[in-house]
Amino acid sequence: MTDNIIEVRDLVKHFPVRVGVLFKRTVGHVRAVDGVSFDLKRGETLGVVGESGCGKSTLAQVLMRLEPPTSGTATFEGRDILKMKGGELRKLRRDIQIVLQDPYTSLNPRMTVGDIIGEPFEIHPEVAPKASRAKKVRELLDVVGLNPEHINRYPHQFSGGQRQRIGIARALALRPKVIVCDEPVSALDVSIQAQVMNLLGDLQTEFGLSYVFIAHDLSVVRHLSDRVAVMYLGKMVEVGTEEEIYEHPTHPYTQALLSAVPVPDPELRDHRQVIRLEGDVPSPVDPPSGCRFRTRCWKAQDICATEEPKLVTRVANHPSACHFAEEKSVVP
Amino acid sequence: MTDPSTASAVTTAPEEFVTAAEHAEVKGNKPRSLASDAWHDLRRRPLFLVSAALILLVLLMSFWPSLFTSVDPNYAELSKSREGPSGAAWFGYDNQGYDLFSRTIYGSRASIIVGVAATLLTVLIGSTFGLLAGYYGGWLDGLMSRIADVFFGLPFVLGAIVILSSFRSSGDTSPTQIILLVVLSISILSWPVCMRIMRSAAIAAKQQDYVKAARALGASTSRIILRHMLPNAVAPVLVYATIALGAFIGAEATLSFLGIGLRAPVVSWGVMISDSRDVIRVAPHSLLFPAAFLTATVLAFVMLGDAVREALDPKAR
Repeated sequence: MTDNIIEVRDLVKHFPVRVGVLFKRTVGHVRAVDGVSFDLKRGETLGVVGESGCGKSTLAQVLMRLEPPTSGTATFEGRDILKMKGGELRKLRRDIQIVLQDPYTSLNPRMTVGDIIGEPFEIHPEVAPKASRAKKVRELLDVVGLNPEHINRYPHQFSGGQRQRIGIARALALRPKVIVCDEPVSALDVSIQAQVMNLLGDLQTEFGLSYVFIAHDLSVVRHLSDRVAVMYLGKMVEVGTEEEIYEHPTHPYTQALLSAVPVPDPELRDHRQVIRLEGDVPSPVDPPSGCRFRTRCWKAQDICATEEPKLVTRVANHPSACHFAEEKSVVP
Repeated sequence: MTDPSTASAVTTAPEEFVTAAEHAEVKGNKPRSLASDAWHDLRRRPLFLVSAALILLVLLMSFWPSLFTSVDPNYAELSKSREGPSGAAWFGYDNQGYDLFSRTIYGSRASIIVGVAATLLTVLIGSTFGLLAGYYGGWLDGLMSRIADVFFGLPFVLGAIVILSSFRSSGDTSPTQIILLVVLSISILSWPVCMRIMRSAAIAAKQQDYVKAARALGASTSRIILRHMLPNAVAPVLVYATIALGAFIGAEATLSFLGIGLRAPVVSWGVMISDSRDVIRVAPHSLLFPAAFLTATVLAFVMLGDAVREALDPKAR
């Protein structure tokens, strides 16, 4: 038996681009997620990093069944998430939950905190009998570090970090096994980011959670993740443990990303080599042939345009989607 | 042995004295919802109390007019035509010698029924269609919006004339039927405005992240629409409804004036206002009193709508 709680294989999500006023014509597809495969082990945190528009959030939406997939499979404990319907899908909601990015829009401004955190119990009444719900809501507030007496307050009476804690409490209410965190700290202040991430870490130990942790900040991901997947234009370019990715990156894109991480030590800062990428991210409607990164890659050769590099292990014991993968430490 | 704290604990029952802080805590421990919070807030809002009292008074007038006057509103004495207000007739007499006070009291019924019923029906049709169109979008939205456009394109007076004259051709229509017809024609011609307001508010609410979170929790469509979208989209419709109420009472007067709405012996403020138009300069009181009641009623509903809208917005408290 494998201990993978989630297995994703060749997941594809294309959004059609339509033009026309009355009769819509499809002129192309935005390949938001284009053949992504990964495993999430029980109790581990998989960090997913990549720049804006690379398909991280779409991946989360498809996993949560908020968007229908174009093709591919994703299984949760052996059952296919993407084919579930009705009652089975409702049950899945109890096992996989999401924490959204913006704490200012993810809480209904016209519901009390008690109603927001209590809503999961109302939707899934079998989880907790009516009489115990108020107590459970108070416990949840306590678990995420908020005052249980604030149960009757409204979201606008809280700060950004507190609101995100409310969002986490809501996701936690049904005791899920997996929580998808869609950039949960990117809208927060740096000092608050640390608090929320520590909370997420504590909750993981306490409840044995598995996280899919999406972020565009490499240092945030490193803080929490056991394994890291780097995405570029809807594809995963490198997957490895935290150490493999940060200390021994092999894909040029990962190396470029890492070289841009700010270094706190001014002595070391002068010695490091910054890899500056030229040009913009190509349009996901019409991605480059072969390797998608080749238009900005300093190693690109003819083969990169004709043959798409597979995500396989070439060097350094972890998979990397580059024909010319080579280990290079960029973080001093 | 003379510890004051133990002494007091023994001598006084704890329930007798509750400090303010404890009181607040007891209240704070009971989970509240938006509705109960809003009601709690409304009860101490002067705007609400004043408008609610006014509306209650008008409702009392319309349901039990005999409580306020014993004069028959349809008893005319031509010798008293256009007499000003006096101790015998507080509001004076109109051109036909009717007692204006009595007619104003009795006239509230038809006006209130038309105004409130037409507003309720308009808001009900408009917001249901608007919510559905905003939530589902796509072809349903297209279809509903085009249907709304058809009704929107009909000029109000022309449309009402067509509807009313084609449905009351039998000649012997009872006042209740006429009121019903007036209410229906007003609602049928006005719901597209309400639908458009609700639709745009619903589209804005639908794109919020909390709707996404609710879907991720497995919330049903009805829960998303009723619990998440409606409370966040209702404010603009509420504003429209309170303004429309006054306009609908006025519309009833317009239809009466054109001879297709209510007519004698039914009394309504609209009928009174249109009757007074010929004698405004010699008997201004015949316009003043029904118009003042109409204005006060509309104002009361506008204030009520405002108070409710603010009470439903936690940020405005």
